[in-house]
Amino acid sequence: MTALAPFRSPVATGSDGFGSLLRAEWTKFRTVRGWVIGMLVGSLLIVGLAALTGANSVCSFQPNGSTAAQACPAPPTGPGGEWVTDAFYFVRQPLAGQGSITVRVTSLTGLYSTQGGVGFGQNPLAGMTPGVQPWAKAGIIIKAATTAGSAYAAMMVTGSHGVRMQWDFTNDVAGMAGKVSAASPRWLRLTRAGDVIRGYDSADGTHWTLVGTATLAGLPAVSQAGLFAATPGYTMSSTGFGTASVKGGLALATGVFDGVSRQGGWPSGQWTGGAIDANSPAAGSLPTSAQGFTQAGGRFTVSGSGDIAPAPNAGETAQNTLAGTFAGLIAAVVIGVMFITAEYRRGLIRTTFAASPRRGRVLAAKAIVLAVVTFAAGFVATVIAVPLGEHLLRENGNPIYPLSLLTDARITAGTAALLAVAAVLALAVGALLRRSAGAVTAVIAAIVLPYLLATLPGVLPAAAEEWLVRLTPAAAFSVQQSVPAYQQIAGQYTPGNGYFPLAPWVGFAVLCAWAAAAFALAVFVLRRRDA
Amino acid sequence: MKTALHSEWTKLRTVAGPGWLLMAAIALTAVVGALAANAISCPGGGCQVDPAKVSLTGIYLGQAIVAIVAVTAVSGEYSTGMIRLTLTATPRRWQVLAAKAAVVGTATLVTGVVAVLASVLAGRLLLDGHGIDAAHGYAGLSLASGAVLRAAAGSVLYLALIALLSLGVAWAVRDSAVAIGVVLGLLYLFPIIAGVIGDADWKRHLDQISPMVAGMYIQATTDLRSLPLTPWQGLGVLAAWAAGALLAGGLLLHLRDA
Repeated sequence: MTALAPFRSPVATGSDGFGSLLRAEWTKFRTVRGWVIGMLVGSLLIVGLAALTGANSVCSFQPNGSTAAQACPAPPTGPGGEWVTDAFYFVRQPLAGQGSITVRVTSLTGLYSTQGGVGFGQNPLAGMTPGVQPWAKAGIIIKAATTAGSAYAAMMVTGSHGVRMQWDFTNDVAGMAGKVSAASPRWLRLTRAGDVIRGYDSADGTHWTLVGTATLAGLPAVSQAGLFAATPGYTMSSTGFGTASVKGGLALATGVFDGVSRQGGWPSGQWTGGAIDANSPAAGSLPTSAQGFTQAGGRFTVSGSGDIAPAPNAGETAQNTLAGTFAGLIAAVVIGVMFITAEYRRGLIRTTFAASPRRGRVLAAKAIVLAVVTFAAGFVATVIAVPLGEHLLRENGNPIYPLSLLTDARITAGTAALLAVAAVLALAVGALLRRSAGAVTAVIAAIVLPYLLATLPGVLPAAAEEWLVRLTPAAAFSVQQSVPAYQQIAGQYTPGNGYFPLAPWVGFAVLCAWAAAAFALAVFVLRRRDA
Repeated sequence: MKTALHSEWTKLRTVAGPGWLLMAAIALTAVVGALAANAISCPGGGCQVDPAKVSLTGIYLGQAIVAIVAVTAVSGEYSTGMIRLTLTATPRRWQVLAAKAAVVGTATLVTGVVAVLASVLAGRLLLDGHGIDAAHGYAGLSLASGAVLRAAAGSVLYLALIALLSLGVAWAVRDSAVAIGVVLGLLYLFPIIAGVIGDADWKRHLDQISPMVAGMYIQATTDLRSLPLTPWQGLGVLAAWAAGALLAGGLLLHLRDA
């Protein structure tokens, strides 16, 4: 009698490789209908809220003397591609080739209105209060042309920031401090040699200090150079609970110059005075009738209104279309927690750990599957949401801030990465706590609550807001910041207006650090605890 | 009904979770309120500070913990399968709903009273230390003042209403993670979306219908004219949300299987 051959199963032996672990976790994820639907719902919420934002933000303005409403115009763009305000009163002559101009400024005074715009046809200066705005400017400037947005370099005295050299809208260097007056005048000098313009200041006219060197690529041979005066409007912001309002009015600055001396290719003859870009509604300047200059002997009195600075708030940015990130975040966190707690609830965790005794690898495989799925869903959602939101905003008359491709990529991919890392953080906290409601609340409270407390105006003071947005996982929202904060504009650089204190990838690294710490703790606890 | 109440109270007090969570809610509410009050510094005077609202800032965190307690009180029954026993013992399902709402609501009210008193006390001590008191022209933080009493009592009611809202959502959704996600989404998403919408009218409307933003109007004691609703109207909006959630939860409980 032959011995029966022992039974050997024809199925190939399984391996304990990480690849099969990943496949197991992916199978666990995709076979639960609720989780797949939840991810889709999160993506739809991101797209839907972008569409809602776009459809409900209408911007229109009526030009003077017309009742038809038009779309809000986009501001001019500077040499670096950013939006700028380029409105001031320019007393100029053409400067051919190289040369220099030196002036002594003896006073900077101003008027401002607290009641918003001024009526046309009346005296625009009636009822204005005397006072100089902090960033009122008067000084000398060398500009490529008189078109708004052209390259320039300027030396100026300001209302309360001393002497400054500014060029090409985004560069600002401080010179001598202190307010200018007849007793303490300031000498300013600009010299041009080819494309390089140097600015100097002095307190006595004999000892000069180099303040800054500007290289304006492609400066034409004949540039416009001379004196200028400008001032941004008066603003007063007040915050109530949950509301913030900014009131203000237009302003005028008057600078008194004497001791004008020039070298180089200057023509003889009269100075030409004119307001640059005064009638653009975004410029925020008084009508041309209120600006001007007078010349008595060697003394010039120049009055101007407007600003020579970046204009980041003149429209909408890609950041504003991504309010739905929070809805997607809540969905990602809920699914991340459920991915681990469902195993405990159903008892599947025992099977999982029996199949893969190395518990750290199980959690790592879960984290990888969750991160990839969340990133994919989030990326598809943001890639659709941002252009859709911007398209709807444009249709409603909002100018869209021009962003470089790299910044756009950072905002969309960064938001998707934020969702992925938040889901991993939720997974780790869920593994730690094993209770889903507590884990979901803990993660949402750690990410959404600080953001809310920091962005709702009037709830917390500014120091606490900044603290919250630096240290908590909510710091990751700085990947969405589209517009940098410019020092030379007085503005509210708070998280509520989209400005975050940390650089984008530094903020994202804070969230990653939280997730990594939670993950390490979860692996440590998982190895010690029962299944 | 009395036996239903008794059984719900037994369920709540014999599990360790809710007790510790409610105590954590008290502690965190007081601590966050104290931190917010401590962070205010106004040496020159003339700041726009609402002392009651600042010291009650901790409610933003306390409400999340109260929501967890309410959601787990319901979802715990479904996840352990005890709901079948509960509904067998009390076939009239509206009694189960009402008894749980009464017990959880009362527990939250008591927690809220302690938390709010602690916050107001801490806030008063810290704000006085920073010069924000009646002597410097601000509204004092004393419960004898009608507005502060309204803010404090309103905050207690706010916490209870959040608990009822969470109960209703949990009855409707039954799974704890999804229920807490829905509740936190309802609370936190409205103000975030209102922040990005450019249209001022839409912003006002969103703030008026939002459960958290409208409910928090009860805490405002200064600058009431800038609010889109009066404080009690705001709390009424939250009450409407809680009633709607309980109604929806009750209907689904009545119509569905256990």
